[in-house]
Amino acid sequence: MSVNENMNDNGIMNAAEETAAEMHLSGITGGVKKVDRSDPKIIVKGLKKSFGSLDVLKGIDAEIDAGEVVCVIGPSGSGKSTFLRCLNLLETPTGGDIYVDGDCITDKNADINKIRRHIGMVFQQFNLFPHMDVLTNISMAPITLKVLNKAQAEERARDLLRQVGLSDKETYKPADLSGGQQQRVAIARALAMHPDIMLFDEPTSALDPEMVGEVLGVMKQLAAEGMTMVVVTHEMGFAKDVADRVFFIDEGIILEQGTPDEVFNHPKHARTKTFLNKVLT
Amino acid sequence: MDLFRVLTDASPLLLKGLRMTVGITVMSLVLAMILGVFTCLFAISERKALRPLRWLAAFYVWFIRGTPMLVQAMYIFFALPQLLRLITGANVQISVFTASLVTLTMNAGAYLSEIFRGAINAVNKGQMEASRSLGLSYGQSMTKVILPQAVRICLPSLVNQCIITLKDSTILYAIGLSEIMYYGKIYVGRTFESLATYTWIAIFFLAVVSLLSFISKRIERRLSL
Repeated sequence: MSVNENMNDNGIMNAAEETAAEMHLSGITGGVKKVDRSDPKIIVKGLKKSFGSLDVLKGIDAEIDAGEVVCVIGPSGSGKSTFLRCLNLLETPTGGDIYVDGDCITDKNADINKIRRHIGMVFQQFNLFPHMDVLTNISMAPITLKVLNKAQAEERARDLLRQVGLSDKETYKPADLSGGQQQRVAIARALAMHPDIMLFDEPTSALDPEMVGEVLGVMKQLAAEGMTMVVVTHEMGFAKDVADRVFFIDEGIILEQGTPDEVFNHPKHARTKTFLNKVLT
Repeated sequence: MDLFRVLTDASPLLLKGLRMTVGITVMSLVLAMILGVFTCLFAISERKALRPLRWLAAFYVWFIRGTPMLVQAMYIFFALPQLLRLITGANVQISVFTASLVTLTMNAGAYLSEIFRGAINAVNKGQMEASRSLGLSYGQSMTKVILPQAVRICLPSLVNQCIITLKDSTILYAIGLSEIMYYGKIYVGRTFESLATYTWIAIFFLAVVSLLSFISKRIERRLSL
């Protein structure tokens, strides 16, 4: 239906609109398909980040495949969030390289604004735009960046709201929503740009316990649809259930990584064991 | 003393002055907002190429905040022509009105830039990050996300600055601007009705400022998040 409307509006649809329209008819991921690639989706090589004299990341190497869900765990101050924020260059790495889809995003000639369109991010504090209603929060980026026209973007926003279970809230301001609802809107906002990678920075840490489930539910749905996800989390249950791989970051390096079973049930390092003992009891 | 007799008698003069007071205040505030926005954007810019402008902005705010407006007015009206004559040799005249407008604008511009800077800094850092993470550029994030919120935050201080500028314009009486105090003084000189005249001038100011406060409260309510 909406596709036909768009066609009537514009007469002819250009390729970008066509893809977008096709996407918003499919699932929550916007129809991102699992593509068989020989190359990993994200490659991180020797990633370093210092703040002044404080070395937060001391050389991280990692490869993440398309459709993979990676959960990043570790003690506070270990560099988990910094690692995640380097992946879309919210933090500028001090050293090392990051490749997304084979493109070096740490190259100083890389167009970071273009790259970020394909990498959605969800923040611990939601960071919804308080002066916009829910629908505008979601549709603003595609409209501003001229990826979709207003009608298409709002249609897409409504679809996403339906999928995160908040159809009745489109005219609400963020301040009138609960934490869990705000975070689900934030996920919808990130998805509006059709990202094929989603980064989650402790998405449930600022939520009241009874609201954690609804947000994790949406994330599980996303994972099931094949989204490439990197999730910094303290939700060990989620990591066990949903992650394909778990990174344990400690003191700026990935100390240990493997399947949830390997990391949670058979940790190799003493520090991993100590950490898991603390958080799992 | 007859308050109302003085009012009827002096009001043509006082209203003429009030028109100048309000007129020059409005004009200088419009110019000062533009000046203030640019000064503020220079002051918060982190780009290396804009660094000289950042220094200029800092110097400007430092200078204006550090000197009394009376000194600035005197400087622009009396000292600047002399300075220009020393440099160029030409006889430069600056009219009272121009000197007054420049003084008020420079003054309000410096304070407004600080108000804007504070408001932009008061917008949560996560807002810029969220916007940038969606692929918006710095400029797009500023206009769509940061500035609309900053405007709401700075509104009370902005109105406050408008009121201060309106009242400070009376200082320009000292260089001979024909604003309300100028005419008040003339009338008092003629009639010795100090009490009644200055009472009415005070009442005029109170009326204008009350009107401003009323309007700003309404805008604030409309814009509240």
